Amino acid sequence: MLKLENISKTYNHRHEPLTVFDGISYEMLDGDFISIVGPSGSGKSTLLLMLGGMMSPSSGKVVLDGESIYDLPPNQRAEFRRQKIGFVFQTFNLVPYLSALENVQMPLFLAGLSEIEQEERATSVLERLGLGARLAHKPSELSVGQQQRVALARMLANDPTVVLADEPTGSLDPETSAQVMEFFEEINQEGRTVVIVTHDPNVAQRAHKTLRLGDCKVPYDEQTPVWASVV
Amino acid sequence: MRLRKLVWKELFERKNQVVTGLLAILLGVTVIVAMRNITFYSEKAVAQELDALGANILVLPKSVTLQNYYSADIQGQEFPEEYVSRLANSNIQGVDNLSPKLAIPVQLDNRKFTLTGILPKSEFQAKSLWQGAGIFSRPTGCGTVANIPGLTPKDPKETLVRKRVIDTLNENEILVGADVAGALGVKANDNLSLLGKSFSVAAVLPQTGTVDDSRIFAHLHTVQQLSGKGKVLSVIEIVGCCDQISKGLVSKINHLLPETKVVTIGQIVDTQIKTNRMMSSLSLVFIAIIVLVGGAGIANYMYANVRERRREIGTLIALGAGSGFVLRMFLYKAILLGLVGGISGYLLGTLLALLLGPRIAGIAVLPMPTLIIWALMISVIIAVSASYFPARSAARLDPCTTLQEI
Ligand SMILES: Nc1ncnc2c1ncn2[C@@H]1O[C@H](COP(=O)(O)OP(=O)(O)OP(=O)(O)O)[C@@H](O)[C@H]1O
Ligand SMILES: [Mg+2]
Repeated sequence: MLKLENISKTYNHRHEPLTVFDGISYEMLDGDFISIVGPSGSGKSTLLLMLGGMMSPSSGKVVLDGESIYDLPPNQRAEFRRQKIGFVFQTFNLVPYLSALENVQMPLFLAGLSEIEQEERATSVLERLGLGARLAHKPSELSVGQQQRVALARMLANDPTVVLADEPTGSLDPETSAQVMEFFEEINQEGRTVVIVTHDPNVAQRAHKTLRLGDCKVPYDEQTPVWASVV
Repeated sequence: MRLRKLVWKELFERKNQVVTGLLAILLGVTVIVAMRNITFYSEKAVAQELDALGANILVLPKSVTLQNYYSADIQGQEFPEEYVSRLANSNIQGVDNLSPKLAIPVQLDNRKFTLTGILPKSEFQAKSLWQGAGIFSRPTGCGTVANIPGLTPKDPKETLVRKRVIDTLNENEILVGADVAGALGVKANDNLSLLGKSFSVAAVLPQTGTVDDSRIFAHLHTVQQLSGKGKVLSVIEIVGCCDQISKGLVSKINHLLPETKVVTIGQIVDTQIKTNRMMSSLSLVFIAIIVLVGGAGIANYMYANVRERRREIGTLIALGAGSGFVLRMFLYKAILLGLVGGISGYLLGTLLALLLGPRIAGIAVLPMPTLIIWALMISVIIAVSASYFPARSAARLDPCTTLQEI
């Protein structure tokens, strides 16, 4: 279970405070599939980073499996990320000098697995994503869709319980984008909590719940709260 | 994946930047290694030469410089041979042995050697004028070379032509140093043509490890004739009694021969020591320069590297890397850079010393493996300390801002 408890976030931009969130609360159940939508600058990425233990809120708590993650010391929080959270970025953020296989090995290496285990797990995840024939390719030697699949494999390698994706289909064509969404549905059915930030209504609709930020007019789902951010 | 592999891959990906970042430290280590290497062997050569030099007083032309004493007689300046008679006939006490010499350059098979004219004992004694001075009737042992601190005397077996008294040497005979013999492939009793005159090789001298190895010795008068300079000398080597030296023998000779420069071994050793001191303080200056310039080069490279890899670092943190891991990654890289700089600096410096040693100091230089420890220490310490702040700034990067820059 991933819970936001009375979260506020204020950026300090050149000594001028900019409040993005002001006291929001929300509870995500295990196995939820949630999309976050909203206009640019409404705080979608900010929310995702706070959920992933990457950015501490100005006040309030983020609780994952009963632990308030920002009350943990930095090293334990890194450990938490390593074990429970998988990130996917719009621009994939693959390490350019490593091959596909080595990129997928990275989270396993950081988790302290032996080289043999790293290679076995990474290979099987890449095969699951249909990249068994591209293990030795560097990101620059892969198509955009293949790069995104390597990023998905890397996210999946350490078997996360929570998957956080920031516009994972933003730079893909509709067909590849649909494949990626299928993949998210698949891993959601395995019991993982999936949170996707998106601009694409088609993508948002495939999630089970939608959070809408920064716009009070039309909530997608009556049950879900709507937060207005101060821009 | 392992830390070492990760760091190597990154280094390899941007090798050009690595080379530029390392350049200053590499050149610095190269120069220090080369300088230490040459100084060491030149000191060793001086020690050997001093030991080889049977004399403890040299009479040289006035304008000769003493930086390089063992080539003091090949600077192309001379004085009249008549000075020998003046010395021999003077009433100066404590002159134990006199050996006049003339050295001229010769070229054989496109290689340069020194032809040194010496006067054999038989002839010296035969000159009635000098005989009268009774030089050789004096007790021997009075004028042995003073022990110079820090120099261990060599095995007497290896003593050299300068120490030996050559009893006889005909006008058309030569003695050949070991290196010359090796280079030209000559043996005893061979014939050799020098400056248009044909000589027979009386003997090949044993290897000594000094400049004598690349010299050819012939009769003084023959060399004078071949040089076309008349009755001149480039040096008179004197064995003086130590107690007489302390009683002002040098200034007496100087007084007798005002047109010459009279020096004792002590003075020469002093000059040599001064030169070596200068070399080692120069080394210190170089160390200071590479600490500054090399350190700045590495720090600059590292900061640029951290800036360039912000996104990668943010991603690694998102994947669960802690700040300790990021710090380790950059410091490990710094150690690798230091090792690469130290090893290549050592190799380049050694190569430079091997090439330049014979040219600038006239000595043979061998690689010194102990210097690699110094090279590595200097290089690694500089690389790691210059990388510390960039590495720390990487470890403190805010992953969110780096990821939002997308
Ligand atoms: N490091 C920062 N310092 C100051 N202000 C920031 C910082 N990061 C984000 N902001 C501001 O916070 C607000 C929310 O930013 P965020 O990146 O979360 O928006 P977003 O919803 O992801 O937008 P987009 O759809 O364009 O990606 C924006 O107004 C932005 O200008
Ligand atoms: Mg965003």
